[in-house]
Amino acid sequence: MELSGQIGVWIAAFLTIGISSFLYRDNPIYKFCEALFVGISAGYWFVSLYFQNLLPMLFDNLGITRLLGLSQTNGALQNVLSGQWDERIWYVFAGVLGIMMLLRLFPKIGWISRWPLAVVVGSTSGLYMITYFQSNFLSQLQNTIIPLVNLGRISALAQGSGTLDEYFAAYLGNIVVIAGTLSGLIYFYFSKEHKGVFGGTARVGIYFLMITFGASFGYTVMSRMSLLIGRLYYLFGDWLGLVR
Amino acid sequence: MQKIFEKLLSLDRRYIFLVIFLAVAVPIFLKLKIDIRVTDEVNAFYKAIAELSSGTRVLVACDYDPGSEPELQPMTEAGFRYFITNKIRFIIIGLWPQGPMQANKALVAINEARDEYIVVNDEKLYFGTDLVVVGSDTARYGIDFVNLGFQAGNELVIQRMGSSVRAAFQTDLRFGKPIEDFDIMRGLNKLSDFDFIYNISAGYPGTVEWVQFAVDRFHVPCGSGSTAVQAPQVYPYLDTGQLSGLMGGMKGAAELEKLVGFKDKATMSMVSQTAAHIFVVLFIVIGNLAYFATRGRVAKKG
Repeated sequence: MELSGQIGVWIAAFLTIGISSFLYRDNPIYKFCEALFVGISAGYWFVSLYFQNLLPMLFDNLGITRLLGLSQTNGALQNVLSGQWDERIWYVFAGVLGIMMLLRLFPKIGWISRWPLAVVVGSTSGLYMITYFQSNFLSQLQNTIIPLVNLGRISALAQGSGTLDEYFAAYLGNIVVIAGTLSGLIYFYFSKEHKGVFGGTARVGIYFLMITFGASFGYTVMSRMSLLIGRLYYLFGDWLGLVR
Repeated sequence: MQKIFEKLLSLDRRYIFLVIFLAVAVPIFLKLKIDIRVTDEVNAFYKAIAELSSGTRVLVACDYDPGSEPELQPMTEAGFRYFITNKIRFIIIGLWPQGPMQANKALVAINEARDEYIVVNDEKLYFGTDLVVVGSDTARYGIDFVNLGFQAGNELVIQRMGSSVRAAFQTDLRFGKPIEDFDIMRGLNKLSDFDFIYNISAGYPGTVEWVQFAVDRFHVPCGSGSTAVQAPQVYPYLDTGQLSGLMGGMKGAAELEKLVGFKDKATMSMVSQTAAHIFVVLFIVIGNLAYFATRGRVAKKG
């Protein structure tokens, strides 16, 4: 056993145990760790966004830092004023929209913040309208227009021995994809009452959805266990030095 | 029997936490080994990077933070190992603020040089940051790899890179130097100039956005390493061929480690993972049995 000599490792170990103590019951140490996490996250985001975005993208590009004597490089303002066109001057609009967004902090003129929001919503909608249609609709739809059995896979299997899942994929895989897609779509069709053959197909759709949710749950369990394993390796390895 | 089931249903959940803790912790000390079968989706990813010839340039988008480190860090490390040993050059970026830091951490972790630095032409080059040694191969910052840091804007950053990388990233993370000063960036003007995108993703923005904007719009092949939570969401992109390969969670990372030939953290964790899963399945079965058994008794009484 070789305890870590680094103060940072000890703090991280204390915070890990502090947060985990909630599993026993709510307590002041957990509350302290939680508050610390929220505070540090907010601070980190602020500093990160300022130094990696606001400063280089807005203040440096426009020449505000040059104006304040904090930079030696000319920005768009200096260039334009000296008669040299600089396309970075368009960042003025971004800056103005940013300031308008902050005006929601003042109730009397808070309505102005709706304008930059409208720009964000409008441009994002326009951008996503095409990408969603291409990536999530057309490509997925195209992938369901397939033969009922996969002849390519079947002929490949005929040449050598395959595993059970390879046989399943070859003979039943495509049927399951087509049946799952159609029955799932029928379940979400509410303009016709779910009765008879239509209702039965919708019920099959529910089963497919439940299997999907089950797979997602399984993956979520795996993910959470991985995080626990990671923290235990940290505690037993990096902190206590019990494992390498 | 029913009394036992009733007791089980009212069992303090902290006992379950304790059992899971032991199931995960005990295998860590036993150092057991488990055989890992490589799945088709990870094989597809490996095949995609194996087709890259030396000198090609890969965009590594680290879109995660320390919260997902146990699952995704082994993927980053294994990927870097492969790139360095196969002389594939890589450019690191992040749509998450801490992603590029995680990449730096991975480079320090895989560096095998024991010295702190060497002096070349009166310049001190630090191992793990300026130089990364993996086996007999060495990668140098600015020539074989570079870290351009984080950029806010989510999918709009990808969109911007589609027409100009320079418009999205002006300087590098380490020195703050203009990106055109680096040898690796020569001729890299837009997203389609990259040969491959390796996205390591923990959510939004991540693999979904890279597929929608980089793959479908600018036709750059992309392989993904995702958290297990996110994997079911991106599986449809794998079937359509929009993704070249997919690694889901720590299991996917362990499979990549096996293919790369360097078994590390993810492989070591597989025994704990398996033990925990066995207990979770057991708890679900017992819970359901107890539920149905006691519900039947209540119905008879009613």
